[in-house]
Amino acid sequence: MKVECQECGAEIPVPEDAVAGEIVTCPDCGGDFEIASKTGDKVSLKPAETVGEDWGQ
Amino acid sequence: MEICVLYDKVRFEEKALYDKALKMGIKAQIIDAKAITISTDSKKKDFLLGDVILQRSVSHYRGLYLTACLEFLGFSVINKFKVGEICGNKLVTSLVLAKHKIKTPKTTFAFSAESAMEAIGKTGFPLVLKPIVGSWGRGVFPLRDEEVANMIVEMREENDSPLARIYYVQEMVKRPPRDLRCIVVGDRVVAAIYRYSAENEWRTNVARGGKAEPAPITAELEEIALKAAKAVGGGILGVDLMEDSEKGLVVHEVNNTVEFRGAASVSNADIAGAMVEYAISVAKR
Repeated sequence: MKVECQECGAEIPVPEDAVAGEIVTCPDCGGDFEIASKTGDKVSLKPAETVGEDWGQ
Repeated sequence: MEICVLYDKVRFEEKALYDKALKMGIKAQIIDAKAITISTDSKKKDFLLGDVILQRSVSHYRGLYLTACLEFLGFSVINKFKVGEICGNKLVTSLVLAKHKIKTPKTTFAFSAESAMEAIGKTGFPLVLKPIVGSWGRGVFPLRDEEVANMIVEMREENDSPLARIYYVQEMVKRPPRDLRCIVVGDRVVAAIYRYSAENEWRTNVARGGKAEPAPITAELEEIALKAAKAVGGGILGVDLMEDSEKGLVVHEVNNTVEFRGAASVSNADIAGAMVEYAISVAKR
């Protein structure tokens, strides 16, 4: 499954088992996107949050 | 019985917990923490978040304060707000560990650049300077001489964050090039791993390229890890320890949104399964 990059228009591969909330990265421009929704073969993206100072454990 | 996994970014762990619950025949949902709003007038019945919530936000403050709101509504959240408040702050964690007589690296706290340099002088080189909030090893500096120490403290003084001017000065523990991560679920240690630092890297965080290897859960390790978990309030926790050549096992951190990808890759234990079972037991209380 593929989806168009909102930054550069390249195709971003989306694994079949991906779910909303996962992050995908554009292989061309390196932009990170969060999967906003995924139903059947329709995927919509939104820009991912940048890593915050308080991220992680 | 229904479990809710709260995320702000779906990682291996959140997927593993959700999938595991479904496989165990338990009703589960996975909900975006970023999309929730709660007011002082809100009622629990307005939120379809199941019987127990696993708080899995990557952002510490988002997870912490959303948990406060959910507890206000009467939801049972793992881990509790009070646990997150302790674990999310290295200074508070160190104090809690010391208060409960759990061996921990000797750490000095200072509240100005001047007193930080004094604490550094008393601790002696090499030592470790850590930010009191933050993770994945960010901002953790090994300091080996006064010149560099001065520069780092100067940088911290210029930082915009008021937390940067709280100084956490820790002795450099003489240890093998690894530490231990124990995954505690309720009153048992589910898995333990050694984390080896990557080449040209001193920190052992898996996020820094550290490699995981299974570690034996010895009686000593189990006792200390459970004691540390209980000291911070219990729940699902990652207890990090170092093997001090003089003091033996010392606890340096307890994580309240524990990442277990590294542990799951080398351990035969059903880590996600244990977490789901524990969540159910909490919901039944």
